[in-house]
Amino acid sequence: MIPAIEIRGAEKRFDHLLALNSVNLTIEQGEFFALLGPNGAGKTTLINLLSGLSRPSAGYLRVMGHDVVHDYKEARRNLGVVPQELVFDPFFSVRETLRIQSGYFGIQHNDDWIDEILSNLQLSDKAESNMRTLSGGMKRRVLIAQALVHRPPVIVLDEPTAGVDVELRQTLWRFIKRLNQDGHTILLTTHYLEEAETLCNRIAILKKGNLIKLDTTANLLKDSASGSLEEVFVSIMQEGVESTS
Amino acid sequence: MIGFRTLLIKEIMRFWKVSFQTILAPLVSTLLYLVVFAHVLSTHADIYPGVSYGVFLIPGLMMMAMLQNSFANSSSSLIQSKVTGNLVFVLLTPLSELEFYWAYVVAAMVRGMIVGTVVLFTALFFFKLPFENPGWILLFGCLSTIIASTLGIIAGIAAEKFDQMAAWQNFIILPLTFLSGAFYSISSLASPWDMISRFNPFLYMIDGFRYGFFSHSDVSPWLSLFIVGSVCVILLWVTLSILKSGWRLRG
Ligand SMILES: Nc1ncnc2c1ncn2[C@@H]1O[C@H](COP(=O)(O)OP(=O)(O)OP(=O)(O)O)[C@@H](O)[C@H]1O
Ligand SMILES: [Mg+2]
Repeated sequence: MIPAIEIRGAEKRFDHLLALNSVNLTIEQGEFFALLGPNGAGKTTLINLLSGLSRPSAGYLRVMGHDVVHDYKEARRNLGVVPQELVFDPFFSVRETLRIQSGYFGIQHNDDWIDEILSNLQLSDKAESNMRTLSGGMKRRVLIAQALVHRPPVIVLDEPTAGVDVELRQTLWRFIKRLNQDGHTILLTTHYLEEAETLCNRIAILKKGNLIKLDTTANLLKDSASGSLEEVFVSIMQEGVESTS
Repeated sequence: MIGFRTLLIKEIMRFWKVSFQTILAPLVSTLLYLVVFAHVLSTHADIYPGVSYGVFLIPGLMMMAMLQNSFANSSSSLIQSKVTGNLVFVLLTPLSELEFYWAYVVAAMVRGMIVGTVVLFTALFFFKLPFENPGWILLFGCLSTIIASTLGIIAGIAAEKFDQMAAWQNFIILPLTFLSGAFYSISSLASPWDMISRFNPFLYMIDGFRYGFFSHSDVSPWLSLFIVGSVCVILLWVTLSILKSGWRLRG
C-alpha cells in the first residue's frame, strides 16, 4: 500500500537557520500519528512543506504517493490542513467560507457534507454568522471544518485544540477518531501530551529540526517508570541536551 | 474551472460587499474632477475640431478611474489576505498559477469596468459624447485594466506591509496615470515633456481609448495597440514567473 505520507531527506533552511535537518518519515494509511516537539522544533515548518505553503530546500515529500511540488494538485486534493494560526476571512459567513473552500477544490453542492461537519463540530447554529462575530474557539473549529470540505484521505492538524474548551475538545476528538476509523490518516501536533498518548498509535519527536525519536506510543511508554508520555518526553529532551553539549 | 470560478466570484463578492468604498467613493472623486476641470476650462478652445475640453476629458477620466480601481482591487485584496493570513485558504488548494492569476485579474477588471461605466453614464447626462469605434473602446478598456490588475498582483505579492503598498500607489500608479495625458493632449506639451511622456505606457492606453470615442488621437491607434499589447504580454509572463517561483507566497 502507498504510504499516506512519505518524507525523504526533507530540509528547510531560513537564511542561516536550518529549521529542518534531513527529516525522513513514513506514515502509513490509517495511522493516527503525533508529531511532537518543543516550541520552534520545526513541526509547523514540516507541515508547511507538506501542504505546499513552503518549499523544501532539499529532499522530497509525498502525499498518497504524489510529490508535493511536482504533482501538487493531486497532493493537495489528498490533504486537509488545519493551520496553527487562527486565520479567517472577515468578509464571509461560516457557510459561505465553507462553500468557497469546497469550490476551490472543484466541489459544488457540498451542503450535505458541510452540514454534517458543522453539526459534528457543534457549529450548526453559527452557520449563518459572520466569521468576525465568532469566538476564538469557534474560529478554530471553522478552520477544522475548512480542512475537511473536500474529504481528504490525509488530515493534518497543527495544534487543533489550542484555545478550545474541555467539552469541545472531547467532541472534537470523538469526531477525529471517527474519521480515523473511517480510514482517514491523521497527523497531529499538540503540546497536550496526554492527547497524543491516548489517541495516537505512533509518535515522532522533533528537536531543533532533527527527528530524534520515532516509535509506537506503547514502546515509548514502556521505557518510563511512571508510564506517562510527559515524563518520557522530558527525559528525551534532556538526553538531547547532554548529547549536544 | 469550478476552482477558478469560485475564486473569481469570491473576489467579486469581496469588493461588492463594501461597494460604498470600492465603487461609490471613486465614482464621486472622478465626477468631481470632471465637474471642476470642465467648469474651469469651459472657455478653453476645442481640443479636436468639435470636441470641447469637457467632452475630451471624459474618456481620460474614465480610463484613469478604471486603471486606479483595477490596480487597487487586486493589490489590496492580496495584501490584506497576506497580512491577515487567510491567503493560505487559496494556497492550500489545487488551484494553478494561471487560475489564480486570471481570477484576481478578472475580478479587478470587473471593478474597474463598473466604475468606468458608471462614470460614463453619469457624464452622458451632461455631455454629448461620440462613440466612433466601440470596438477600440472595448479593446483598450480590456487591455488597460488587465495591465493595471496585473501590476496590482505584482504589488500585492511584493509588498509585505500596507505602507509599502501605499508607496506603489503614490509613487508609481498615481504619477503614471496623472502624467498620461488624461487631462490634456500631449501635442500641447512643450519639449522635453512631450518626449518624456512618450515613455509612459499609460499614455497609449488613454490615447487609444480616446481614439475609440473621437476617431482622433495623438499617436496612431495601431502603435498604441502594439505598445499596450506588448506591455500586457510582458507583464503576464513576469507575473506567472513570480507565481511559479513561489516568491513571497510560498516561502
Ligand atoms: N518564515 C520563517 N523565516 C525564518 N525563520 C522561520 C520561519 N518560519 C519558521 N522559522 C523558524 O524555524 C524554526 C521552526 O519553527 P516552527 O514554526 O516550525 O516551530 P514549531 O515546532 O511549529 O513550534 P511551535 O510549537 O511553537 O508551533 C523556528 O526557529 C522559527 O523561528
Ligand atoms: Mg508550530
